[in-house]
Amino acid sequence: MPLGLLKYGFASKYPARRDIPAPKDLNKSYDVVIIGAGGHGLSTAYHLARYHGITNVAVLDKGYIGGGNTARNTAVVRSNYISPEAVAFYKASVELFKNLANELGYNQMYSQRGQLTLAHSDASVRTFTLRAEVNKHLGVRSEMVDRKQIREIVPCLNMGKNMRFPIQAGLWHRDGGTARHDSIAWGYAMRAAQMGVEIHQRTEVTGVNINAGKVTAIETNRGTIQCNHAIQAVAGMSSVVAKMAGIQLPIRSYPLQAMVTQPVKPFLDPLVSSAGLHAYVSQTARGEIVIGGGSDPYELYSTRSTLDLKESLIAHTLELFPFFAELKLLRQWAGITDMTPDYSPIMGESPVKNYWLDAGWGTWGFKATPISGKCMAETIAQEKTAAMIQPFHLDRFKTFKLSNEAGATAASH
Amino acid sequence: MKILNCPLNGPRNISEFICFGEVTDMPNPNELSDEQWADYMWMSNNTAGVVREWWCHAATSYWFIVERNTITDEILKTYPANEIFKERVEF
Ligand SMILES: Cc1cc2nc3c(=O)[nH]c(=O)nc-3n(C[C@H](O)[C@H](O)[C@H](O)COP(=O)(O)OP(=O)(O)OC[C@H]3O[C@@H](n4cnc5c(N)ncnc54)[C@H](O)[C@@H]3O)c2cc1C
Repeated sequence: MPLGLLKYGFASKYPARRDIPAPKDLNKSYDVVIIGAGGHGLSTAYHLARYHGITNVAVLDKGYIGGGNTARNTAVVRSNYISPEAVAFYKASVELFKNLANELGYNQMYSQRGQLTLAHSDASVRTFTLRAEVNKHLGVRSEMVDRKQIREIVPCLNMGKNMRFPIQAGLWHRDGGTARHDSIAWGYAMRAAQMGVEIHQRTEVTGVNINAGKVTAIETNRGTIQCNHAIQAVAGMSSVVAKMAGIQLPIRSYPLQAMVTQPVKPFLDPLVSSAGLHAYVSQTARGEIVIGGGSDPYELYSTRSTLDLKESLIAHTLELFPFFAELKLLRQWAGITDMTPDYSPIMGESPVKNYWLDAGWGTWGFKATPISGKCMAETIAQEKTAAMIQPFHLDRFKTFKLSNEAGATAASH
Repeated sequence: MKILNCPLNGPRNISEFICFGEVTDMPNPNELSDEQWADYMWMSNNTAGVVREWWCHAATSYWFIVERNTITDEILKTYPANEIFKERVEF
């Protein structure tokens, strides 16, 4: 049997599947150059090729596919935001997630198991109630639940009354779920490449050439390439790359840390998040417990984790699930997140013509990967910011029309 | 725990401090256009490299200046604010 398997494996009749073609030289020019091969850049490339017939596209990454925050996030997918524009936007993304495995022919391990966010204060109960109402109004499944219902949804949660901050109520979001973060990058990459998109890894963008207010070429460590359009989707490096195009952004880069435990038998179905304790957990299909929390206390571009943040995150998580103390940590890491003042992204036009922004995704951008690629592709194809993302325009900071999601984002991702 | 050398209190755990962002000139709001004021309010250099910032030791409410590298997370220099502010700033 093992020999037969070996023979099968090496038979030329069954070649190994290559997700993307082998590396080649850069062309002299492309219609569209996408800076950053994270989920967002690749989703944009896929949508350009599939829905707008634009395939003369290069996606450049200084590292490897999906090695940025796409590889580092905790994969919470939800739409229970508070402003109508954000709820509509993230709802559209959840809809795309539902059919993504079929669309790409690539398992996304998307599982809509619901997300429970806990309120430990009167203030949280009030804002959760508002969120539930806004959500329902826009067709998103969210409702307030009391302590008894919480016990039914997550029986193993510590509902003790003598916790430092006892649980008062919860926001139960049935549409919440999780997906496999690497799959989304590789699924979009593979399908985009099959339609002719070139993906160039280890290709760092070092400059943006502008002539008469319009982008003309992108400089890289492998030479300069001409382009009609360029878009940046570089998450934590947003400010650094935008500066190459002479654009200043209202973004600050902070590390965000997370960790997983050893795998254990399945016991936790929904995703659980606590606004008051700045901690959230979920159990992966493999059985690991994913633990995430709040950002680091000061701006930084270093992805080195810190013991103090991990310690306080663990302490908060143990308040919710004291028996986690029996588990061992398996891995821990950090990513650099591009935080905006209002916790909403910055998408669409920039002050430079044909240079497009997909930035300010902070701690919440994984769930937007499908919809942002769709909207950015539409924006580039029509040379006009797509209607759905108009509220996230950079100009909102000039007109003070901010889209405040601080409360609905901070600790729930 | 990372240690920050406070000019007033000496070396302390960095968790005792709060970072208040880059040292910038406070413009006169009466002399700015709306757009310039919005810029001052929201825009950020977000420098990858050496920055000069305001920090505060929370326990003693002591404000001072820190120079640090945001790529390597090294604290390069800490000193009292009067080393760069020679006169009182009115606003
Ligand atoms: C710990 C953690 C937990 C998170 N949890 C969640 C969550 O639960 N739910 C959620 O929705 N979001 C979450 N996020 C946020 C989410 O991960 C990001 O917003 C999202 O992945 C951003 O995707 P992206 O494709 O824009 O960026 P990335 O995946 O970071 O891709 C950007 C790419 O740009 C490349 N790049 C940078 N500079 C250059 C250059 N000069 N030239 C060429 N390439 C360059 C990088 O190498 C990188 O591959 C979390 C983030 C972190 C760090």
